[in-house]
Amino acid sequence: MAIDAHAPPPIATGPAAWLRKHFFATWYDTIFSLVFAILIYLALKAFIGWAFVDAIWRVENKDLCTHDAGACWAVIESRGRLILFGLYPYEEQWRSTLACLAVIVTIALSCLPSFWSIRRLPILWVAGFTTFVLLMRGGFAGLELVTSEQWGGLSLTIFIFSGVFVIGMPLAVLFALARRSSLPVIAKSFGFFIDIVRSLPLLTLLFAAAVVVPLLVPDWLQGNKLMRVVIAFAIFFAAYQAEIIRAGLQSTSQGQEEAAVALGMPYWSLVIDILLPQAFRNTLPSTINQAVITFKETSIVTIIGFFEVMASGNAAIGTGEWGNQYVEVYVFLALIYFVFVFGLSRYGAWLETRMRLGHA
Amino acid sequence: MSQIFASQKFRRIAVQGGFILGVVALIASTILVGKSNIADQGMATGFGFLEQTTGWPVNFSIIEVTGRSTYARVLWAGLLNTMLVGFLTLIFATVLGLLLALMRVSSNTLMKLVGASYVEVFRNVPVILQVFFWYAILTHLPSPKQAYTLGEAFYLSNRGIMMPAPALSGSDMAWLLVSVILAVVFLGLTRERLRLGPRWAIATGAVFIVFVVVLLTGREPDSALISTPQLKGLRFVGGITLKPEFTALLVGLTLFGASYIGEIIRGGLLSVDRGKLEAGRALGFSTFQINRLIRIPLAFRAMLPSLTNQYIWLMKGTTVGIAVGYPDYFAIVSTSINQSGQTMELLALLMGGFILINYSIGFLMNMLNDRIKLKGRS
Repeated sequence: MAIDAHAPPPIATGPAAWLRKHFFATWYDTIFSLVFAILIYLALKAFIGWAFVDAIWRVENKDLCTHDAGACWAVIESRGRLILFGLYPYEEQWRSTLACLAVIVTIALSCLPSFWSIRRLPILWVAGFTTFVLLMRGGFAGLELVTSEQWGGLSLTIFIFSGVFVIGMPLAVLFALARRSSLPVIAKSFGFFIDIVRSLPLLTLLFAAAVVVPLLVPDWLQGNKLMRVVIAFAIFFAAYQAEIIRAGLQSTSQGQEEAAVALGMPYWSLVIDILLPQAFRNTLPSTINQAVITFKETSIVTIIGFFEVMASGNAAIGTGEWGNQYVEVYVFLALIYFVFVFGLSRYGAWLETRMRLGHA
Repeated sequence: MSQIFASQKFRRIAVQGGFILGVVALIASTILVGKSNIADQGMATGFGFLEQTTGWPVNFSIIEVTGRSTYARVLWAGLLNTMLVGFLTLIFATVLGLLLALMRVSSNTLMKLVGASYVEVFRNVPVILQVFFWYAILTHLPSPKQAYTLGEAFYLSNRGIMMPAPALSGSDMAWLLVSVILAVVFLGLTRERLRLGPRWAIATGAVFIVFVVVLLTGREPDSALISTPQLKGLRFVGGITLKPEFTALLVGLTLFGASYIGEIIRGGLLSVDRGKLEAGRALGFSTFQINRLIRIPLAFRAMLPSLTNQYIWLMKGTTVGIAVGYPDYFAIVSTSINQSGQTMELLALLMGGFILINYSIGFLMNMLNDRIKLKGRS
């Protein structure tokens, strides 16, 4: 007996069909849609009411910020400089702003494909970082000397982030190459070291650098606490980034390496001209992801006593007079991190799609 | 020819020998400098201090710790605190992450939107900021006298969250723990003899019976089965209290971790080949059967490695607890260093503890991976 052919399923188009497909496909979808619509409405209403409608933007007297209905953004106006600049001298804060801009421009430029070369990127970053340090520190051309003990707020966060990146990236390349080395002793030792660092919490390494290292190295090698912490952070970053680079190195075909050796290219030329450009290009999304994680983790240094943006935010509400505006300050801090992190991770996602389509 | 070979071989040996010498020299000089510095400051060395009493209190612990406890016991309490908050985080974050992933792969646009917004908000803000935020919220709640209450049983105040709990003594808890362990062993041993349903029914039933028995026998006569929190003067007695430090850390880590775990699970679900799902539909499987028999097992295999990494990350993330005063292992070690000056020994114990925890998670997850991976073909 022949089976009757079914008619083709109706192809519904138009707004009604679209609505049905996306919101009311089944009876439980309808329930979920209604419940979530109500929840979204209530959440948005509460948030917009708190943050905008009922909010107080400016006050003559801080005692006016007592009603509970809305946010009191006046705290940001009053404490914003403390949060952004920490204890940096008031008249010199324009330098701190310029220094941060220098690093932000560096980050933005390194997102442009025309800067993606193994020689341009390091030069760009070293230049950006040096500009930052010179502007922040001063002590030349009539600029007043401001030592790193007085750095704070967002500029300290940016200093730690860019310092970790500038020191950590070459270390990561070194670690990755050493772990792939054909000399078994070196490959094994670096493998062991990388695995140990990766299994420790960042905080323990930073703590060791701040507190324990002074006991273990001679005085002339100690440097200041900030420097030690940045170096320890850079080693931590390098241990993770090295594994990413190693994955990138492994994804280049063995034939290219053999061809270079057969042509008599020296090892460093093989690494710089053939292996690293491809390794970095293949792992760009993971590298950006690692940068994002590192930026968020700079907030950890607040625990070991540095006055970066997280700590200065806490200080802004710790004095008592603005003690009840903690939600506003934390939301402001979250926004600062969000802008950097969300921007970078969107860029990473865009790159990933671009690479999947074969453009990069 | 042989000369070149010999010289290359010689170079390889020389480089590696030099490397070993350099590392040994670095370690030796560190030890020498360290020893002389420690001797200069008049600090003791060795692990003898573990037997000494600490003299400082610990504000949260699941074993009894006082100022007269030894360093060894206080450190153990810290390690338990880390594992407590760590494992609870893993469980809650996985459940929440699964919900988020299901929302994001559903066909309902509103659910997708909510899931995606959650992930973007909680993933892009540092976890320490989130922990500070919850801690500030919890400590700004009203005092116990004006506490919010739910049916006079649950209270929410600036001292923490108070809730009713079964009145179990320490020995009752120990019996319960033993029965849970036995149940897990039973589940493992009967894996090939019984089906999933009966195995779980027997195991949970047995644990429940033990629970009821210890609850009925282990108490003083006439006392209540369930202890409820009651306001006595300025504080609550009875029930269990989740302190703000603990709650803030748990909530902060869970909400942050869930956003990452949700993305990992979503990636796993999306990685399942469409053809396999369509094959299931063609064979007449229901949506539920397709999910249970095809999609989830395959997705689970794909996401297990990233999930392991994320679990280890969350375990390490518990160290931010020190920022709000939760005495986790790191906080206890750092106080011990301040108090006893035994820097090197305590640092070794600190790193050893974390390496132990992380390798155990890695080991357990690898065992799970071996069990679920496709056998006999690849």
